[in-house]
Amino acid sequence: MAADWVVFWVFAPVSIGSAIAMLFQRNAVHAALLLIINFFTLAVFYLVLGAPFLFAVQIIVYAGAIMVLFLFVIMLLGVDREESLVERLKAQRPTAILLGLGLAAEIFFAVRAGVGFAARAPAGFEKVVNKGGNAVALSHSLFRDYFFPFEVTSILLIVAAIAAMVLAQRRGPAVTLADRAVAEEAGEAGELEEEPVA
Amino acid sequence: MRTPISYFLVVSTLLFTVGTVGVLVRRNALVIFMSIELQLNAVNLALVAFSRMHGNLNGQVLAFFSMVVAAAEVVVGLAIIVAIYRRRRSADVDDASLLKW
Repeated sequence: MAADWVVFWVFAPVSIGSAIAMLFQRNAVHAALLLIINFFTLAVFYLVLGAPFLFAVQIIVYAGAIMVLFLFVIMLLGVDREESLVERLKAQRPTAILLGLGLAAEIFFAVRAGVGFAARAPAGFEKVVNKGGNAVALSHSLFRDYFFPFEVTSILLIVAAIAAMVLAQRRGPAVTLADRAVAEEAGEAGELEEEPVA
Repeated sequence: MRTPISYFLVVSTLLFTVGTVGVLVRRNALVIFMSIELQLNAVNLALVAFSRMHGNLNGQVLAFFSMVVAAAEVVVGLAIIVAIYRRRRSADVDDASLLKW
């Protein structure tokens, strides 16, 4: 009984179960917590597949940073809101589930035709490919073969940070609390009481 | 490794499908966004599995880049959701129907 076999059969049901349970959560916080469980199981799969560096990155970046950002925004938008389950388009849900099943069947047959269900990974991945450790081998690949894309991602991250600041900025005369106090003294209404557009 | 690679691909398929159905069915913009994250992670799992199958690290590098892009995408997407919420006081996608005739 190989270890990866046991790990797969323990974590695969947890992974799929937490993903499906996420669909049925009315509360966004519960959905986020189930998604964190799912990300942890994916990290374990990376470990089994010989990618310990991605295991660490998955936990730090996804289960840590990204999901904390999600929870932060959920708190910002009001945690007590529950999604109403009335669907306005009548055929939306059955059609979505039907198309989802079709998609799953399609990829399933593509996997069977392209890879085959009995195909096993070649032995010696740890000794040959991950020589000197996965992080070392990955950094050789990253900084030799993929150096230019790696540098481009830094531009992408800077652009994303600036875009987030521009999008989330409050526009209007009052920029700081001191400005707002001055504006209120002058009799101008704060821009917080903006009417929601119907 | 005793587990066939296709098993991981099947898990990846199912997660991707659940994410797709989530995007189509749910109406809270944040939950839709989480479903998109689930789809991205499903593809990452497939990439790492293929990397293991073919015996090189290109799939892992691509999964790494995919994580970077996903982080950037989350930042911008959440900023857009916050901006829409400030404007309309709702994170429900049915309420953002300004372009509908």
